[in-house]
Amino acid sequence: MSEMSAKPALQTAGPASVVPSGVSILQIFLEFLIIGATSFGGVVPYLRGSLVTKRKWINDKEFVEMLSISQSLPGLNATNMAVLVGEKLCGWMGAIAGLLGICLPGGLLMFAVGIFYHHHGDHAWITAALKGVAAAAVGLLLSTVVSLSKKSLSSKFDFVFIALTVICVNRLHLGVPRTLVAVGILAILFHYPRKEQKASATP
Amino acid sequence: MNEIPALIRVFSYLSILTVGGGMAAFPEMKILTVDVHKWMTFQQLIHMYSVGQMAPGPNMMMIVSIGQWAGGTLGAIAVLVAFFGPTAILAFAVAKGWRKLEKWPWRTSIQRGLAPVSIGLLLAGCFTMAKGAISGLETGALAVAVLLTLLQYKVNPALLVLGSAVVGLFTFLPK
Repeated sequence: MSEMSAKPALQTAGPASVVPSGVSILQIFLEFLIIGATSFGGVVPYLRGSLVTKRKWINDKEFVEMLSISQSLPGLNATNMAVLVGEKLCGWMGAIAGLLGICLPGGLLMFAVGIFYHHHGDHAWITAALKGVAAAAVGLLLSTVVSLSKKSLSSKFDFVFIALTVICVNRLHLGVPRTLVAVGILAILFHYPRKEQKASATP
Repeated sequence: MNEIPALIRVFSYLSILTVGGGMAAFPEMKILTVDVHKWMTFQQLIHMYSVGQMAPGPNMMMIVSIGQWAGGTLGAIAVLVAFFGPTAILAFAVAKGWRKLEKWPWRTSIQRGLAPVSIGLLLAGCFTMAKGAISGLETGALAVAVLLTLLQYKVNPALLVLGSAVVGLFTFLPK
């Protein structure tokens, strides 16, 4: 924190590069507010476009690394990214500014939509439209399952862990926490560190 | 107003479950908000989640609506803090340590192991939702159409969801 103001906005190529100083809490808040207000249909591409390409607050390598941390931790990718990037730029104040910014537009919108739906949700035409919307949401979720499976699985055997997780939650009704611990530990042990991992380590 | 402590309890618990995405907490969210606390019906929960897919920003902002219904404006704020606070603090605390663990061999194991589990949790959430959202041939066909379109073409999902509202309007409106 002490050298934050000492250096001008300078972007180095290294992974753990120098903090691009001169980024204020307000700038962080506004940038994430814009992302929060415009990121229709998935936040990650908008984050990259804004933070890496437009603002150059972090480089591409840092972005990928922060994203992989965000995905391994509980919490939504979007909000974890806001915390990580905000923290890197401005410490804990930056993290709070990023988090507030990215949540505020969607939160206010859903606040209003919730009130409207509460009063008018039982109109026939709204129910009909929402029936279509809900079916589409299922399709959207399934497409996320497919694209994540293509992207982030490292072994054919992983499909067993996927099936096991679904069975534990939907059939055996073990609940998410117990499933997470049980299948999670099994899967982590299955992927125990082997020598070949060093050569082909891709998260 | 006396729902506020329960809202905070429920949503800070759900917060910790969102491994790999918000949908991982959906089965648990259904049980707690619909069956246990009766803040809303299952259909209402599905509707709010689905509408939330058209909103910008993090895709679980529909929790704000639940908070608003159960506890007014204060409820909405309480839910927001309870749902995003714990994981934000965790991300904040872990970030630096995790970077230092780059050379720790188990770090890759954890990432590789959690990948299928988080996909499984997402799928489980999807099935939970499908039970309430897919009620016949038409809704099933619509879901499959959206799935295939997204896999085949680069379309903004929010637009597809919006389009499905129009399809729903023409298909499901009682004559």
